[in-house]
Amino acid sequence: MQDRNHLARVKTTHQVHIIENGLIDIPMLQILKPDGTLHEEAQEPDLSKDVARKMYDTMEYIRVLDERMIGAQRQGRISFYLASTGEEAAAVGSAAALSPDDMIMSQYREQGALAYRGYTTSQFMNQMFSNEKDPNKGRQMPIHYGDKALNFMTISSPLGTQIPQAAGYAYGQKMAGNEAITICYFGEGAASEGDFHAGLNMAAVLKCPVIFFCRNNGYAISTPADEQFAGDGIASRGLGYGVKTIRVDGNDPLAVFAATKRARELALEERCPVLIEAMTYRLAAHSTSDDPTGYRSRDEEDKWRAKDPIQRMAKWLQQKGWYDEAANKQLIDETRQEVLKALKEAEKVPVNPIEDIVNDVYDKVPWHLEEQLDQLKKHISQYPDAYPKTSGRVK
Amino acid sequence: MAKMNLLQAINSALITVMDQDERVMVFGEDVGHFGGVFRATSNLQEKYGRDRCFNTPLTEQGIIGFANGLASQGSVPVAEIQFGDYIFPAFDQIVNETAKFRYRSGGQFSCGTLTIRTPYGGGIAGGHYHSQSPEAFFAHIPGMKIVIPRNPYQAKGLLLASIRDDNPVLFLEPKRLYRASVSDVPDEDYELPLGKADTVQEGNDITLLGWGAQIEILQKAADMALEDGISCEIIDLRSILPWDADAVAESVMKTGRLLINHEAPLTGGFASEVAATIQDRCFLYLEAPISRVCGLDTPYPLAHEKEYMPDELKTYEAIKRTLKY
Repeated sequence: MQDRNHLARVKTTHQVHIIENGLIDIPMLQILKPDGTLHEEAQEPDLSKDVARKMYDTMEYIRVLDERMIGAQRQGRISFYLASTGEEAAAVGSAAALSPDDMIMSQYREQGALAYRGYTTSQFMNQMFSNEKDPNKGRQMPIHYGDKALNFMTISSPLGTQIPQAAGYAYGQKMAGNEAITICYFGEGAASEGDFHAGLNMAAVLKCPVIFFCRNNGYAISTPADEQFAGDGIASRGLGYGVKTIRVDGNDPLAVFAATKRARELALEERCPVLIEAMTYRLAAHSTSDDPTGYRSRDEEDKWRAKDPIQRMAKWLQQKGWYDEAANKQLIDETRQEVLKALKEAEKVPVNPIEDIVNDVYDKVPWHLEEQLDQLKKHISQYPDAYPKTSGRVK
Repeated sequence: MAKMNLLQAINSALITVMDQDERVMVFGEDVGHFGGVFRATSNLQEKYGRDRCFNTPLTEQGIIGFANGLASQGSVPVAEIQFGDYIFPAFDQIVNETAKFRYRSGGQFSCGTLTIRTPYGGGIAGGHYHSQSPEAFFAHIPGMKIVIPRNPYQAKGLLLASIRDDNPVLFLEPKRLYRASVSDVPDEDYELPLGKADTVQEGNDITLLGWGAQIEILQKAADMALEDGISCEIIDLRSILPWDADAVAESVMKTGRLLINHEAPLTGGFASEVAATIQDRCFLYLEAPISRVCGLDTPYPLAHEKEYMPDELKTYEAIKRTLKY
């Protein structure tokens, strides 16, 4: 049996010496200045024109989608929506640094990553209208997307549950010999959940190739970050768990891309987890169910509006000669029309037939669910007008 | 065929499946080199390596969260929770994740390959944190299967079936039988069906229903009743979810009486569910109210463990009361 020494890394002191918070200074990687030029010491990441344009277009696309869907919710066409305004670079910049084989386990504000992977406007709409074209069969509230073909795990509402799951998924990828990793998104609020601590510790000890990507956007619904934790953000916790860590300006798409690209290399080469803390700001409300004027000032929001990641990237693209004003305007116009058209189509698609209420609970429908379905169908047939969504198709 | 105790039978099942399928991974607190606090995973790390049998940090929510992710990736995790009493930090992962993965994704992703093993039940002087029977909490979760063996033969066959079943299974092991119960267990691979009850003894006057370690208690009570001329039919439910209502109803239509025994507290216990279903299906066949012989509605006591337990004497008295009703 191997001899172990858990004091091997412990240095001895002879004074009473209390370690205080703040002794570790974790800097924030920033490559682009707000005017879109590079910081002098900064190195431009290896980003092709195609990838850079795709990143930019995806951010613009998401901003239009968010704006239109909030409108649709206000009109009562969908029950709920959750925008990512101001945080587009965090999701899109990181997704751009991944391989399509990498699994994405997101929280719920990473529609940018999903769009970057190729999720279409119709797919967004079918999910939000819970219709039968949604592969998740209309079983979850709007914005809980999932698409196996795009390696995008179906989103769960309980916060932080995906964090230890991402460790397990990545362990499975490692054991199967896949040249792929898992990225796990969450917010600084979710990082207070037990699952965050469990997940980081498991991933570190079991050497899982996973990127934990925290969007520190300053708020968990109404609770500001300074009422969420007393330490140095989320990054300081990574070090405590023995997880390689980087803090990045989440409103700088180039910095997010560069940090994620390096994190992915490390995760694959060393089969280890990496924590990224992206410092950003939730310009949107938490969701369509809250109003931020109740917990923060307009001035504060305006300061962050000036740091808009889309504008920052547009300025950089202009300097590269990769920006086309007319094409951009066309993209925005076309997206607006496309969203409206897809929305109108998705609204008309029926919900899944009533049989799907019992499918997928188990691999096969067990006797007690057969019995309950049978009773339910008889009841619907007796009162068809009370259940108009399904009664027409009850056999 | 070899004589094995219940732990050896579990170990034998794990070896059988780990030999066959490289995707099977066994993990939990102390399950690695040490082989688990009860030694159910003895020698697995030596045989299959640290990548496939390993210790985890002490975090039940982490173990099940990790296992959910691993299962959704396509591996076959067999996660151990050291005591059923300590499964509750993982309750959210089980209720909201394990059990809902398939449903919420429309069948795109699932945790169907996951098996959670955990020892449960009293009789070992373990007090309220090493004795609880939590099956009823999990019986309320659509998407889970719950399986409980009563002896080594059942343990191996049911565990192999649970690991290979394409649904998440909570496999509850009656820890007071770990070494006490010894039976002939085939060396080869075999499975016993999930969702099917097992008639342990046929009889005509009353049906005694239980699971796990309480089957021994029912057997003792039935032997006592036989001396009074009462013929008991004993059914081991084996699966709590989905459960074999047909087998129980068929038996009750023959005997006209039903007694259900479990160690867990009376109120909200699984006996309540069985009683409700059976009165619905067999109302006109019942000659007496359905009797429940269960733990008290108290935390599991230590000094009063013997008094708390729904033992053979309490069961025997309830049989007589039901017959005389």
